[in-house]
Amino acid sequence: MAELQLREAIRAALVEEMDRDEDIFLMGEEVAEYNGAYKVSEGMCDRYGDRRVIDTPISECGFAGLGLGAAMDGLRPVIEFMTWNFAFVAFDQIINNAAKIRYMSGGQFSFPIVFRGPNGAAGQLAATHNTSVESIYSCFPGLKVISISNPDDAKGLLKSAIRDNDPVVFLESEFMYGMRGEVSDADDYIIPIGKARIAREGDAVTIIGHNKSYWRAMEAAEMLTSDGYEAEVIDPRTIRPFDWDTVITSVKKTNRCVIVDESNPFASLSSEIAFQIQSRSFDDLDAPVQRVTSKDTPAPYAKNLVEYYLPSAEDVYRACREVMYLD
Amino acid sequence: MAVKTKRAAATNGQTDVSFDIIETKSTFRSYPGDRFTHSDLGLSVADIGDIYRNMLLQRRFEERSAQMYGRQKIGGFLHLYIGQEAISTGSVYALQPGLDSVITAYRDHGIALAIGMSSNECMAELFGRVDGCSKGKGGSMHFFSKEKRMFGGHGIVGAHIPLAAGIAFAHKYRNDRGVVFCYLGDGAVWQGSFHEALNLASLYKLPVVYVIENNEYAMGTAVDRAAAETDLFKQGISYAMPGSLVDGMDVFSVCQAMRDHAALAREGQPSLVEVRTYRYRGHSMSDPGKYRTKEELEQKKNEDPILRLKSYIIENDLMKVEELDVLDIEVKAEVSASVTFADESPLSPLEAIYDDVYTQTDFPFLTK
Repeated sequence: MAELQLREAIRAALVEEMDRDEDIFLMGEEVAEYNGAYKVSEGMCDRYGDRRVIDTPISECGFAGLGLGAAMDGLRPVIEFMTWNFAFVAFDQIINNAAKIRYMSGGQFSFPIVFRGPNGAAGQLAATHNTSVESIYSCFPGLKVISISNPDDAKGLLKSAIRDNDPVVFLESEFMYGMRGEVSDADDYIIPIGKARIAREGDAVTIIGHNKSYWRAMEAAEMLTSDGYEAEVIDPRTIRPFDWDTVITSVKKTNRCVIVDESNPFASLSSEIAFQIQSRSFDDLDAPVQRVTSKDTPAPYAKNLVEYYLPSAEDVYRACREVMYLD
Repeated sequence: MAVKTKRAAATNGQTDVSFDIIETKSTFRSYPGDRFTHSDLGLSVADIGDIYRNMLLQRRFEERSAQMYGRQKIGGFLHLYIGQEAISTGSVYALQPGLDSVITAYRDHGIALAIGMSSNECMAELFGRVDGCSKGKGGSMHFFSKEKRMFGGHGIVGAHIPLAAGIAFAHKYRNDRGVVFCYLGDGAVWQGSFHEALNLASLYKLPVVYVIENNEYAMGTAVDRAAAETDLFKQGISYAMPGSLVDGMDVFSVCQAMRDHAALAREGQPSLVEVRTYRYRGHSMSDPGKYRTKEELEQKKNEDPILRLKSYIIENDLMKVEELDVLDIEVKAEVSASVTFADESPLSPLEAIYDDVYTQTDFPFLTK
């Protein structure tokens, strides 16, 4: 095992795959000469040259579409968005072209492409720079959506995403790029898409959290341990396709569930998970499924409001105690 | 583009300040009608017959489509290509089959047939049948053929323009000398995707020719009601792209222009071609066409690209009227057969609704 920063783990996946397959290229704003806005692609332009690591103008619709055209003809682009907030001007390309052309062409053209970049809250940047997009992209059949919480998953899942023949939305986090963690140094380390990870076993309550929310779930689980209860924490890792089996098996054991998700709550990922749980394990539930999400507002700027806006470990802890009828 | 500056005196008020004027001078090429002969293009009499047949097939196919739409055999939107056939045919005779790529917007039947997709698969697609070119999943606006390197058929105005840059990127990445012809309507010029794609194509020197099929109306909005600059080819100035203005009612003018522009693309120079054309039918089948006069339509019909080629053939004694009539009979028979084929093609089984969403076939993508 090697200890890597999250950004280094992503880079390791990119480098291993680009070394292996000449058809892969990396394109985005500041990825080449600047070495990446968050230094994910540091040194990659030197390694591969500007044929395969390509700076773009600030033109998300244009370069997202360019990537899709290249994928349509068999190349395997990795398109970096400086943040997913900037991808909204490329929304038509991702939703109408990436997700639907394969279907509309009767399966003739596919899109082996990865769109990646940081997702969700990134501090006091106000509403336009703080959107969590997993619920939005997961709405669309044709896309796969991965959201990572640690360096090991980042490496194993990005390699899978790059090898996948369908378009993948890959969600990272500005807050986590510097996070260090053990990364498997197994030869050609791959984590399959669509498999959740049980991060912590327990029987008192199931807590589901991905990306930064995973860490809030883990912190809340520690707090419950102090109270004498063991929570089971599941990181779904892949949002679409979702690993329902792992979640339902856990809920059947704990009979309680709290979902942590940084998305806004209405018609969101947490809504869907709660629906599926009640549909598949109604008789096993001892309490209504609870969720902890961002507030149903745009993200604020003021520090105290940002803290209030986002799911906190304390919020998750309280929700767990609620479904356990402890208070 | 030449830039020169000269001193000029300000005339506002009493101040006597002088300033520099920056003049730009871009040059564009014009391909007017009746300028090129078939010999100029190196086309044989047999080629001329093929070109005539190629255009006529599109015309007859569209006429039958309209008829089948009236009989409710075809659903959704139906945008006919009638009047614009010189563009599809002229440019197909300028590309290298099997190597070069084409991509277009939703008025896509013409280029699909011109590049060699069969009447059968096209009509079956309109009928929503399994033998359709897109297995009945795409319909009129979404014809695709991987085999013919026809990359669609795209229903969202302007959305395919960046895709064309990407296909050109792939040609360049592989260094296979292939080029992309990307067709778009005059309305698409005002989408941001057009401008982003042209900039990227020029920045990266991608082998693509962007072809504006200016048929004078974006749905019901005349070009001069949408465009501050109505010479659409001049949009290339901002992207350091050479451009041309082409008479789209003369198949030889289109062919010559597209050959020249394909050659530019093959040398790594993307470019922009504006082809002036006219659609004789409405924007779609539901369009009563109240935004234009009957007189305008009648006058434009005198420029009909197929009648024009027919006159050229007769006047130059290349083929006899009877020979052209035989081609017409053949084409009509082909189109009639395609209607029968489409009618007899099976409907999709309902479980096929889940096919082709993902490449992965065991994918648990939906709760069924």
